[in-house]
Amino acid sequence: MVYGTLTEICFYLFVIMIVFGALVAVSSQVLMKAVLGLAMAMFGVAGLYLYLNSPFLALMQILIYVGAVCIMIVFGIMVGYTPKQLAAYAIGPKNTILALVTSLLTLGVLQLGLSQTQWVKAPGAGGGDYSLAALGETLMTRYGLAFELISVVLMIAMIGAVAITWNGKRRGLK
Amino acid sequence: MISCNLHTYLIIAVFMLAIGLYGMMQHRSMIGMLISIELILNGAGLNFMAFNRFLAPEPVTGQIFTLFIMGLAAAEAAIAVSLIFAVYRKYQTSDPEQITDLRG
Repeated sequence: MVYGTLTEICFYLFVIMIVFGALVAVSSQVLMKAVLGLAMAMFGVAGLYLYLNSPFLALMQILIYVGAVCIMIVFGIMVGYTPKQLAAYAIGPKNTILALVTSLLTLGVLQLGLSQTQWVKAPGAGGGDYSLAALGETLMTRYGLAFELISVVLMIAMIGAVAITWNGKRRGLK
Repeated sequence: MISCNLHTYLIIAVFMLAIGLYGMMQHRSMIGMLISIELILNGAGLNFMAFNRFLAPEPVTGQIFTLFIMGLAAAEAAIAVSLIFAVYRKYQTSDPEQITDLRG
């Protein structure tokens, strides 16, 4: 019983992390704080993955999103922006009302749809093998083509990132 | 138990989508928009994981889909940051409204 209550408290903690982090990420006027908010929200999502029976995905979430994507964005901020521009660009009340209306409308409509939908479980739902061995085996057999494709996509993205920045540098020197 | 309910996760995912949309329109720097896109992608991944846990017969499929979303998000972030570098070098600005070479 104590264990169950503790689990629920941790769940609420993760949800609060997501909500607070997302709010910081979109409303902060300093981009570095926004990235920190993003990292916080991603940690929260990783916690929710633990509740969805998938510790491997939780660790991948921390590794890829918090470890790689956030650091890359931090580099982007540190190299490309000076603090003065930071302050000038991040503050933009121009579209705030429009943005609020759009996002609240999206939230309301989707919430309405969610509350009125009856989800039907597939036969055998809720069980199954959540182990890492099963995940790896399926990745290598049935989803082998998709695995290869995403490897190619990642490689092309890396080469493309290098090519784009290198070209820009050469043009700047002319 | 609120953590064993599909609806909870869907609401959190919808919240992330909505707040990501808000951030994309409210931020006036390209890095800020990139941050909002990452939030939206994370909401999508959470959705897949929730449906995978509660409705799908095979628990492996949704996890693999979420892994692919993560990989694509990483590739997208790399490309976006390098594009922002290139644009910043050429125009000396990161405000998307000032880059108007193609405006008719």
